Amino acid sequence: MINTQIAIIGGGPAGLRAALAAAQTGAKVLLLDNSDHLGGQLIKQTHMFFGSQQQFAGSRGIDIATRLATELRQFENVQIMLETTVLGIYEDGVLLAEQDDKVRKIKAERIIVAIGASERMLAFPNNDLPGVYGAGAAQTLMNVHGVRPGHRVLMVGAGNIGLIVTYQMLQAGVQVVGIVEAAPTIGGYLVHAAKVRRAGVPIYTSHTVKEAYGDGAVEGAIIWQLDEKWAPIPGTEQDLAIDVICLAVGLSPLSDLLWQAGCQMTYVPQLGGSVAVRNSLLCTTNQQIYIAGDVAGVEEASSAMVEGQVAGLGAALSLGLGGEQAHAMLADARGQLAALRSGPVGEKIRAGLSLVEKGVTADA
Amino acid sequence: MTRDENTIICRCEDLTLGQLRKLISEGYTTLDEIKRISRAGMGPCQGRTCRALIEREIAAMTGTPIKEQAPARYRQPSKPVTFSAILGGEPHEADC
Repeated sequence: MINTQIAIIGGGPAGLRAALAAAQTGAKVLLLDNSDHLGGQLIKQTHMFFGSQQQFAGSRGIDIATRLATELRQFENVQIMLETTVLGIYEDGVLLAEQDDKVRKIKAERIIVAIGASERMLAFPNNDLPGVYGAGAAQTLMNVHGVRPGHRVLMVGAGNIGLIVTYQMLQAGVQVVGIVEAAPTIGGYLVHAAKVRRAGVPIYTSHTVKEAYGDGAVEGAIIWQLDEKWAPIPGTEQDLAIDVICLAVGLSPLSDLLWQAGCQMTYVPQLGGSVAVRNSLLCTTNQQIYIAGDVAGVEEASSAMVEGQVAGLGAALSLGLGGEQAHAMLADARGQLAALRSGPVGEKIRAGLSLVEKGVTADA
Repeated sequence: MTRDENTIICRCEDLTLGQLRKLISEGYTTLDEIKRISRAGMGPCQGRTCRALIEREIAAMTGTPIKEQAPARYRQPSKPVTFSAILGGEPHEADC
């Protein structure tokens, strides 16, 4: 059995920032990640971030990951376990994890779940052909392993992920023949959309994939138009010769550990699926469990990092650690979150959060 | 089966859209019921790919919105693990 004060599951932007915040209070911290590196999805982000200086605006995701991981490794009260997958949370609060083909038990006074989200799939004929990728998988191939996923790509989804991965594909020398988006408008930031349009990539709004075809691998796709009720319009089919279909159709919070821990869950479409009810310190209805990042509601890396700080400080404070300084940092982090979610861009997130933050009174 | 009905919903366990629709029409109208009768969601990805697609199809066929559908039961372990990992792991407290 490994004993620690605060165990953090997931070493992405939220988990890294949670670990740093908790470590600064002097807590004994254990950070677990199933991959062989810290940073999570940050290491695939070759573009510069927006936001403010506090969220490293102007830095590339991969550089932010390196910086946070380097900073974290300075702390003697932090233990990092990589290539370690948490398999479950049990009723007695013990974590079961697998490392090096052995299971380990971990007992922590507080657990911060920062495991992120999984990519959504789309149902269309032949969606199981080789050449159909999630956008995250295509990014891993290109930006981590230096492998092009194919030559001619159809991107599905004009949210920020679809737009950014499209641009990264162009940078990698991959042709993107078009982006289809089922909604009548582009979901991502206009600055990203303008960039890919300037590069000559058409964006087909109110369009979706009818089917893929190919002998043993993707050789093409048929797309068609949707009416205002999202029903396909026969006769609008277009046949595109492509060898990759890249799906960027949204993310779902990875909620399984929270269900196991008995946290009260609720389905909130604005946050991507089932998420835990939480208080303003990101403590769930199970007082041992905190959440941060996409698992708490699909948003983006900047807010995930700040949520990590809030959860890390909240968990430490609940153990009597951190004192005045932690309270001050917490107030600052909450101010940053409010700023990130202000304005019309944050409208959906604010609506979603209003459904999961209510009814929770326990506030440290 | 039409091309549409041959669409794969659960790629770990090869459940097609046609098979899923048949199950729902026979009265298997929750994620857990569909899992138990078809093994959908029991493969390597543990439902992370198919779950949302099945929920949407249940909603479309029965009219029960996803929010009101019975949630699936999530058990440990969250990913398939070999018996050797368990046997080679830490002994149980009682055995220490």
